[in-house]
Amino acid sequence: MSTLFEEVRPSDGGAGDAVPVRRVELTVNGERRAADVEPRLLLAHLLRNGFRLTGTHTGCDTTNCGACTVLYDGVPVKSCTMFAVQADGHEVLTVEGLATASELHPIQEGFKDEHGLQCGFCTPGMMLAAKALLDENPNPSEDEIRWALSGNLCRCTGYQNIVKAVMWAAEKLGANAESDGADDAGDDAGGEG
Amino acid sequence: MYPSRFRYEAPSTVAEAVAMLAAADGEAKILAGGQSLIPMMKLRFAAPAMIVDINGIGGLDYHRSDPDGTYRIGALCRHADLEKSAALADAQPTIAAAAPLVADPLVRTRGTLVGSVCHADPQGDWASVMVSLEGAIVAQGPNGHRSIQVADLIDGPFQTVLAPDEIAVEAVIPAARGARVGGYLKLERRVGDFATVGVAVSVEMSGGSVARAGIGLTGVGPATINASDAAAALVGTVLGADAVDAAAQLAAEAAQPRSDHRGSADYKRHVVATFVRRIGAQIQRSEHEAA
Repeated sequence: MSTLFEEVRPSDGGAGDAVPVRRVELTVNGERRAADVEPRLLLAHLLRNGFRLTGTHTGCDTTNCGACTVLYDGVPVKSCTMFAVQADGHEVLTVEGLATASELHPIQEGFKDEHGLQCGFCTPGMMLAAKALLDENPNPSEDEIRWALSGNLCRCTGYQNIVKAVMWAAEKLGANAESDGADDAGDDAGGEG
Repeated sequence: MYPSRFRYEAPSTVAEAVAMLAAADGEAKILAGGQSLIPMMKLRFAAPAMIVDINGIGGLDYHRSDPDGTYRIGALCRHADLEKSAALADAQPTIAAAAPLVADPLVRTRGTLVGSVCHADPQGDWASVMVSLEGAIVAQGPNGHRSIQVADLIDGPFQTVLAPDEIAVEAVIPAARGARVGGYLKLERRVGDFATVGVAVSVEMSGGSVARAGIGLTGVGPATINASDAAAALVGTVLGADAVDAAAQLAAEAAQPRSDHRGSADYKRHVVATFVRRIGAQIQRSEHEAA
């Protein structure tokens, strides 16, 4: 299991006011993880400093920018605005969980192909917010994409290419789903089994 | 940024949570959505000794209509649940209009209406909506439940009359005396910003005239403002332009805005009046379409 490192356990108080640490067990990117955490540890810091999943960025640290967005039981949340203890028994998906060892996720491909990033700082949060949108609405309009990403701030791109990237991903995912369907039909026609 | 140290409790029933609050002697805070509380704790504006996380309590995430039309919203019903509900859009037009304007989509997946009302931020959207609907908060304490009108709940900026050992378990909107119409408009500098001005207008039409009206104002005073004189100007009318105009003027007079980086006091009053007129016009349009 991962333990928390000193840098996420600030020692500004004496031992007298110590608060008991709590064990949290959660699934991160499909993998069971556990940690002993102080209740005040933020989910973003457990991911970054505890589990070394530094793809989750902390931007504003004041619930404004969305750079720290992760999926919490499939729902996009700002991980700087949740305590790590709240993730006990829950599932978290970070940007590290999007790609497989050999293949980028279509959303990542979309950001690459459509130049959906410049400095890249907001990108992990953008991609997870986009994933939550596409999971719920596979064929979003441009307005729906802009609305769904309105909690994620980007200071470089002007958003234009981010929107294009999400549209690209929606098309790719739609095409994948269709060809999967065709494969299934083919299997059926083959009459195996 | 780290909050101050606190003890964390995650009760599985409301009764357990109430007992924890009672034992904490006023030093505990309830954590529901946490989208205001956690930022305030990080900035150390708030430093509760204990956090009582109610997210593990089952059966508080509902919003539903009773057979008599009374509408109930549980303490763990998120803004996004309200935003995405077609049933709510029909039953509660003012709430449906406000839900997509609260904060940003990410905050809306966590934040709750009941928590927002109890946070009593003068710039919070839900308290004005609830005031316009004559809504109440049901609080559970060691001695049972009590119902508090939202207009009476809020005591000042970030202050309510809730006792330290009480939990707000649901918001209740009384059944309409007729057809419910209404709207919410908000001026913000960017998505997710607090309101420069927000106006909630809720009206119940019966036999072609206004049986009841409520107007709540966001961000233009030290607390949510119940513009009751403005609302009274609508009652008994057919919601014509003259009546709406009179209500708009009275609402602007009821506002107590301060000049700040979001705009001058005069400008904010002007926006209050404009929003009342716009919502009035929206209602008239929808009534014409329905007729």
